[in-house]
Amino acid sequence: MTGRERWSRILPHLVIWPPILVSCAYALVFSAWTIWVSFTRSTLLPDYRWSGFRNYTSMLATRNWQIASTNLLIYGTCFVVLTMVMGLLLAVLIDQCVRAENLFRAVFLYPMAVSFVVTGTVWGWLLNPSIGIQKLVHDLGWAGFRFDWVIDRNKAIYCVVIAGVWQASGFAMALFLAGLRSVEADLLKAAQIDGAGAWRLYRRVVFPSMGPIFIAVMVMLLQFAIKTYDLVVALTGGGPGLATTVPTIVVYDFMFQRGELGRGSAAAVMLLASLAVVLVPYALYRRWRARREAAHA
Amino acid sequence: MPRHLARATIYFVLVLLAVAYLVPLAVVALNSVRSTEDILQTSLIGLPRTLVWANFSRTWSSYCIAEHCAGIRPYFLNSLEMTIPATIVSTLLGTLNGYSLALWRFRGDVWVFGVITLGVFLPEQMKLVPWVIVLRDLGLFNTIEGLVLIHIVQGLSFTTLFCRNYYTSIPIDLLKAARIDGAGFFRIFWRIILPLSPPILIVTVIWQFTGIWNEYLYGVTFSAGEQQPITAALIALSAHVSEAPNYGEQSAAVLLAAAPTLLVYLFGGRYFLRGLTSGAVK
Repeated sequence: MTGRERWSRILPHLVIWPPILVSCAYALVFSAWTIWVSFTRSTLLPDYRWSGFRNYTSMLATRNWQIASTNLLIYGTCFVVLTMVMGLLLAVLIDQCVRAENLFRAVFLYPMAVSFVVTGTVWGWLLNPSIGIQKLVHDLGWAGFRFDWVIDRNKAIYCVVIAGVWQASGFAMALFLAGLRSVEADLLKAAQIDGAGAWRLYRRVVFPSMGPIFIAVMVMLLQFAIKTYDLVVALTGGGPGLATTVPTIVVYDFMFQRGELGRGSAAAVMLLASLAVVLVPYALYRRWRARREAAHA
Repeated sequence: MPRHLARATIYFVLVLLAVAYLVPLAVVALNSVRSTEDILQTSLIGLPRTLVWANFSRTWSSYCIAEHCAGIRPYFLNSLEMTIPATIVSTLLGTLNGYSLALWRFRGDVWVFGVITLGVFLPEQMKLVPWVIVLRDLGLFNTIEGLVLIHIVQGLSFTTLFCRNYYTSIPIDLLKAARIDGAGFFRIFWRIILPLSPPILIVTVIWQFTGIWNEYLYGVTFSAGEQQPITAALIALSAHVSEAPNYGEQSAAVLLAAAPTLLVYLFGGRYFLRGLTSGAVK
């Protein structure tokens, strides 16, 4: 083998491996490190003395974590349900052979292109009672109108829901629309010949065949909800008080503002665990479906 | 219900919803040319009495953000300096990764791919402190280069996923034929794979550009002051609202910060959607 041949054999490996190794090492080493630190006595700086589950128990006992996880539960449920309802409504409306379909699609999807920071800032203004929607309605002459959720401890979290649904429902619409369009034409025709009305057609034939898409959309939205951070920071900053704080904010607060690396990492690991609860069953479900399809084919 | 009435209802609801979805954009666009006095007298939702184009020039070059009065221009440029190289490099490396994972099968490639996809789903919070340590050791803390590095490594997971899934649809016989003709790794990449790649390259570039431009948490954690990207500057800018809200200038700032990704969406919406759905379904 000449030197040139040997070189041409080695070079691809030199090019292939570094980026692959970097992306693998990054995912594995970084998560392993954070998981490890969550079991140590680290405070302001990493301190690798073992402390068992102490960070977890004390994190779970803090008021911040309890409020944040309750908020995530409320926000996650409302956000996922409302986004799916809105997305499905938009998709079904657009599926009625409307004119300017592309224009409508573009209008409903554009919020996905702007950052959570922009969304949060703008919705923060609109929902601000002294300058936004409430003020507008007052100026129009309805003086008793109240829409001050954003400064109301019990309702502020629903403001985050409004902004989140506005941003993500176009995404759900796009996926649902693809699902509606992939329903087999034969199936539809057969049902139409049977004399099924539009509503019955959707309920009995179309929606049931879209099961996998409903699940995919739900999983993606749950993932968005668990990772929500910028939107809350820009919209309410987690307030009033702790009313809209979420686990991602608690992680940041403990890691970088309180100098509690161990406890912050424990919170991050719990965040990862909640994602795993959503994603692992979904991955298994997809594998199961792929196998079943392979078996049928 | 008679047919034409049903059609009218569908259009009515659609138009109503479309208007509602456009309100936030319209509000920002209109307020960016309204004076703050005008906005404070009425509300954020209204038509401009006079057009105040000066909002843009002030917000661009002289508005004060966290005691630093150079407008959003430096932050906007930071974001460009961060987004463009990170997008290009992560896309190129992603095509190489995807190519070798999809077409040059090796033992354990499925595992390698699995670990890389894990990177897509890991929450940022799991990676924050490790990044602090890495950036500190490399001397890249509070620099644009540090953020570029983060977004390249972080982006690799996405770009590899996109490209690998795209390249698996290339028939393996094409590769075999090329190898029999004596083409090596790079020649096949250059002559066969890259010419087939434009659709996935556009999707990946658009996805990376929007994602990196819109990212906030890394920007605010790993940079401070004048090194921050535009998203972090926007938060800093509204954090000082309590003193004297300047809704006119701030709206102009928000509009400018959102403009690049909105333009990308306007011209590449189809590809944007494809990235979004393949990221979700795959």
